[in-house]
Amino acid sequence: MSLRHALSTPDAEKASLSTRLLALGIVLALLVTVPIWVPNSYYVNICSQILIWAVFALGLNILVGYAGLVSLGQSGLFGIACYTAAYLVSIGTPHFEAGLAAIGLAIVTSAVFAVLSLRTTGISFLMITLALGEILWGIAYRWVSVTGGDNGISVNTRPTPFGISLASPSAFYYSTLIIFLVVVAAMYVFVESPFGISLRGTRDQARRMTTLGYNVWLIRFLAFMFSGLIAGVAGLQFFYYEKFVSPYVLSLSTSATVLLMVISGGVATLLGPIVGAALVIVMQYVVSAYIQQWNLVLGAIFVAIILFMPEGLVPGSLRLWRALRRRRGSAPAVVTVPVEPES
Amino acid sequence: MSAALAIHGLTKSFGGLRVTRGVNLAVEPGERRLIIGPNGAGKTTLFNLITGDLRTDSGRIEFFGRNITRAPNRHRAHLGMARTFQIITLFPRETLLRNVMLSLLGLSKLRWNPFIRFDRLTVLAEPARDALARVGLDHLAHRPLSETSYGERRRIEIAMALAQNPRVLLLDEPLAGLSADERRDVHRLIVSIPRDVTILMIEHDMDVALEIADRITLLHFGEVVVEGTRAEVVQDPRTREVYLGE
Ligand SMILES: Nc1ncnc2c1ncn2[C@@H]1O[C@H](COP(=O)(O)OP(=O)(O)OP(=O)(O)O)[C@@H](O)[C@H]1O
Ligand SMILES: [Mg+2]
Repeated sequence: MSLRHALSTPDAEKASLSTRLLALGIVLALLVTVPIWVPNSYYVNICSQILIWAVFALGLNILVGYAGLVSLGQSGLFGIACYTAAYLVSIGTPHFEAGLAAIGLAIVTSAVFAVLSLRTTGISFLMITLALGEILWGIAYRWVSVTGGDNGISVNTRPTPFGISLASPSAFYYSTLIIFLVVVAAMYVFVESPFGISLRGTRDQARRMTTLGYNVWLIRFLAFMFSGLIAGVAGLQFFYYEKFVSPYVLSLSTSATVLLMVISGGVATLLGPIVGAALVIVMQYVVSAYIQQWNLVLGAIFVAIILFMPEGLVPGSLRLWRALRRRRGSAPAVVTVPVEPES
Repeated sequence: MSAALAIHGLTKSFGGLRVTRGVNLAVEPGERRLIIGPNGAGKTTLFNLITGDLRTDSGRIEFFGRNITRAPNRHRAHLGMARTFQIITLFPRETLLRNVMLSLLGLSKLRWNPFIRFDRLTVLAEPARDALARVGLDHLAHRPLSETSYGERRRIEIAMALAQNPRVLLLDEPLAGLSADERRDVHRLIVSIPRDVTILMIEHDMDVALEIADRITLLHFGEVVVEGTRAEVVQDPRTREVYLGE
């Protein structure tokens, strides 16, 4: 958005559009060819993980970024999809039905979460969502006959949509890529749609929105369900990736991880949650192979982000890049209106 | 024909503080009603009760004969009530045009649509531009709100309310903090609003306000002290008492 304001001449706009299309094309080509250029299946699996978590983070960003509602109970929605699918598949339900039930239950759970938590906003909202997530975690732990308790549930098959086996890392990767691209496209459309703009309005001026005739509660409720749908999709994928589910998926740690992804990448941006997911997963699986204390490194990175780019990596880098370009004076063709869109 | 706005025995307390005490008010369709009173008299609170921002403790509010006492404020907007805020309440990250488009979207079914592009909605953009033109800001349509002056924001408040084509318009100190030139512009703008819109206005600037008003209500400690035509209220000794202090 800020880019659009900054580039006001039609030529510059055209140029930026074609550069952006080019960049998009390159990224797409890289994503599609991952199984070819990535050295071994271990790393292909990491790419799948990044895409799954990116989807999860994009869904949370609806709440955190666009609704201004910071949830720490997102693992509940993610985990309930994992457990539903795991349980149903383990008792012999076909994958398709199990998947539908998993996502359906995630949406129903998000509706319940929303009704209970949307009485408030701010820190109380955060506390209620946290408590709701913890309740589900507790149930998963205790209800051993269904959830297997601490041992969790394992299955040994992945689905075969349209007869294509997802057993191999690269086949599974492509399934996550397709879902990732669909979710990114959906978010891209959603954010600039009337409903998306209304949602941002409820974040910035809830009182004004009510006065203008909007049903603020219902807007937030629907946004919560949309977020729950995406969390459910991510949870389902995560379960099939691991072919195993344990109470970890419902834990506060999972909620905190996905929230950190959103915040470190940049809330209320399309790219931010994706970059945040990549950062965390790469630290967790790649850097950890070289540095034992990868947790500390990740912590240090988060501190650095909060100190130097409190708005997140994506908006922060954009800001730095623009400042650099202005100082070099290398942008004579672009009329730069002094814009501080996030103030 | 029923009054545009009829209020009976309205009361509201904040804790022990009784801010609205048995207010009765009847505003005829097309009327320009000025609400005056010292700071803290309960003028804004009265507006908040009328628009549904606050729940009444007791009393009754009728809008063109329809009981809206319990209606949530969003319903009142859909019935044709619009307001401006004394403390500017706009969307700082959006452009002026998008601010006004959001106002129009609030009354449109399109607001639930998650598939189309908001910016491409000419059904909203065109009337939004007209509303901006009415307040003389159409040349700034694409400027982010955060880059506008205080006086411009006051006018955007009015543009957003006007854009909704209200039957009753409530203006809470529309001239507050404006320069002499800006005052004149806003004055003209309010005078130009057609008579099918009923206007209630809270204003301290008597020169402008008295010129616009048909009738005046004087509030003091949450009570209606005097009500009448311009001349009646200005000449009433109680008005002097309230303003010069007992
Ligand atoms: N939400 C609230 N909670 C508690 N007290 C309030 C609230 N809103 C207003 N008050 C109090 O009610 C009284 C009337 O306030 P109100 O804003 O209605 O006055 P006003 O006539 O609009 O004054 P001004 O001319 O300063 O705008 C004040 O004493 C104010 O402090
Ligand atoms: Mg006031």
